[in-house]
Amino acid sequence: MPALHPMRHRFHWRLAAAGLVAAALLGGCQVQPWVKPYEREHLADPIMSFDRNPISSSYLEHVFEVREGARGASGSVGGGCGCN
Amino acid sequence: MRHSSWRMRWIPAIAFALIAVVQADVLPDDRSDILYHHFEGAGVTVQGPSVLIRKKFGDSISASYQYYLDMLSSASIDVVSQASPYKEHRTQQNFGVDFLHNNTLYSAGYISSIEPDFNSKTAFLNISQSLFGDLTTINFGYTQGSDAVSKVDKGKHVAISQSGSGAPIFHADADRKNYAVGLSQVLTRNLLLGMNFEVDSTAGYLHSPYRSVRYVDSTVARGYSYQLERYPGTRTSNAASLQLKYYLPLHSALDGSYRFFGDTWGIRASTYQLGYTQTLGSRWTFDASLRYYTQTHANFYSDLFAYPNAQNFLARDRELAQFRSKTLELGASYEFHPSWPHFIQKGSLNIDVERMFIDYEDFRDVLDTQFKAGQEPLYNLDATVGQFFISFWY
Amino acid sequence: MRSTSRLVTLMGAALVGLGIAALPASALAADIAPGALAPSFELKSSLGKPVALSDLKGQVVLINFWASWCGPCRQEMPILDQLYRSYQPAGFTLIGVNVEPNAADAEKFLKGTPVSFPILFDPTSAVSMLYQVSGMPSTVIIDRTGKIRYVHHGYKPGDEGEYLDQIRALTQE
Repeated sequence: MPALHPMRHRFHWRLAAAGLVAAALLGGCQVQPWVKPYEREHLADPIMSFDRNPISSSYLEHVFEVREGARGASGSVGGGCGCN
Repeated sequence: MRHSSWRMRWIPAIAFALIAVVQADVLPDDRSDILYHHFEGAGVTVQGPSVLIRKKFGDSISASYQYYLDMLSSASIDVVSQASPYKEHRTQQNFGVDFLHNNTLYSAGYISSIEPDFNSKTAFLNISQSLFGDLTTINFGYTQGSDAVSKVDKGKHVAISQSGSGAPIFHADADRKNYAVGLSQVLTRNLLLGMNFEVDSTAGYLHSPYRSVRYVDSTVARGYSYQLERYPGTRTSNAASLQLKYYLPLHSALDGSYRFFGDTWGIRASTYQLGYTQTLGSRWTFDASLRYYTQTHANFYSDLFAYPNAQNFLARDRELAQFRSKTLELGASYEFHPSWPHFIQKGSLNIDVERMFIDYEDFRDVLDTQFKAGQEPLYNLDATVGQFFISFWY
Repeated sequence: MRSTSRLVTLMGAALVGLGIAALPASALAADIAPGALAPSFELKSSLGKPVALSDLKGQVVLINFWASWCGPCRQEMPILDQLYRSYQPAGFTLIGVNVEPNAADAEKFLKGTPVSFPILFDPTSAVSMLYQVSGMPSTVIIDRTGKIRYVHHGYKPGDEGEYLDQIRALTQE
């Protein structure tokens, strides 16, 4: 059997350990959401959106991308109202 | 010879305008935007309009369409030093559909971009799921695209290379694949966390048929000559980011983000951003942000190679150099409620201005001819970006 | 690349952790369900005097949990007002429980969109908690005997058809 690549081995071990710790921490919490739907007043505010104006942010992203080597992972997943 | 940095790398960003994942359990708002954009700096002017229309159909479908036009006029340092200034257009169209089923939002779309010498087609699929009492939204995205590269000289297509038998080749292709994972998490009543991870892999013809690198050449008076650039045929990159957004008293918000990027070409980049949003009354919203970006150069980049064909791969593109850039952004938005037409619920007028400063650390200003080759001052540029747009919700 | 793998580790950990923690989430809202007795409460109201659920016994009661910051709630208010006006004579009543800590925003909204049914204020979220409100808006319909018969989460245009059928049926019981 080929030996595991040391870097990969450590990486997986760390992922597993961190996952277990996170699960233990979160599992210990109430199953109920800690921010209730009726407590989302501030989160529902448009100023809390990670991407308030998609047409503008995608243009700016483009301006940076054509000048820089890096790209990606700036996707805008937001919080929102929790309404409905 | 053209400066082709404007092409080739627009796809991931523009695609995001259609993936409007605010939450996975509601469809995005019905909304249309009309935007005018203007970029000016270092001899380059890019401007044009863009329109984004989004509309729901029934309870579970939302469709969107975006039109985007770049009108480019370039006399950048690369163009001036090696060719003559040029103008060209790029037209992009995006089509998207979102389908909502329970707490899952499925999005799919198609993007086409057309230039005289660069055509690109992209399809994307995104699934987002809200869980855990809507405190958490996860999303998975897959994007696939292909590019067709050609070369135009004086309005005619010319060969970009030759086949083994010496026949001219007019087109070359590149394929792109992108996998994205995202998480958005409500931490407290006032604090949101966003995390994104992307793997991007591209294969095929990745360099520009116009661009050159320079090498030391003592047989000419200026001390250097140019040869065409040569990139590897594959590139794989990882990007991971973390964003926090915090609601402050007095109806304002603070946000910060960090992104790390690394690729198989040896580029490592970090992006830091800090932003502040303040509302004034019920109509005005103001934004200010600072962005700081730094990257290392690609391992086959050099401002001046020691001799021709100094290595397998050769690049002297500024995007692959080592540099830092700073951007300051200011924006203002005014909300209004038109009495006509009656189906418009609200509208907003927006203006956004960015000042950008780039300091290259290993790209020299060859236009400064009083220095010997390789001893010219380092190049830097500043640019101004402006956006004006009007939005309607209905 | 070490920083990337660290970030990936963190994100992976968070996803795994949340996945595990989210598993039992379906076991929510056991007691606020059709058939259960509606828990009693009393809150300050827009009528100037407190309103208690027990005051409304014998009528079909629709309780709507709403907030001025919630779009679908705002959309629903005029429609609820119509329902209230049409079915009040048949032994139906409607109360709007505002969930905001500060009533000022609600009052401002109601000035622009007046409603004739009583608005109750729940600034401490005590009643929202009691009724395990799990979405905004939430609507609970109670029959003449004080039993919960229907629970609705969220609102989208057209949902009022369901409310209407349910109110009609319950007022005839």
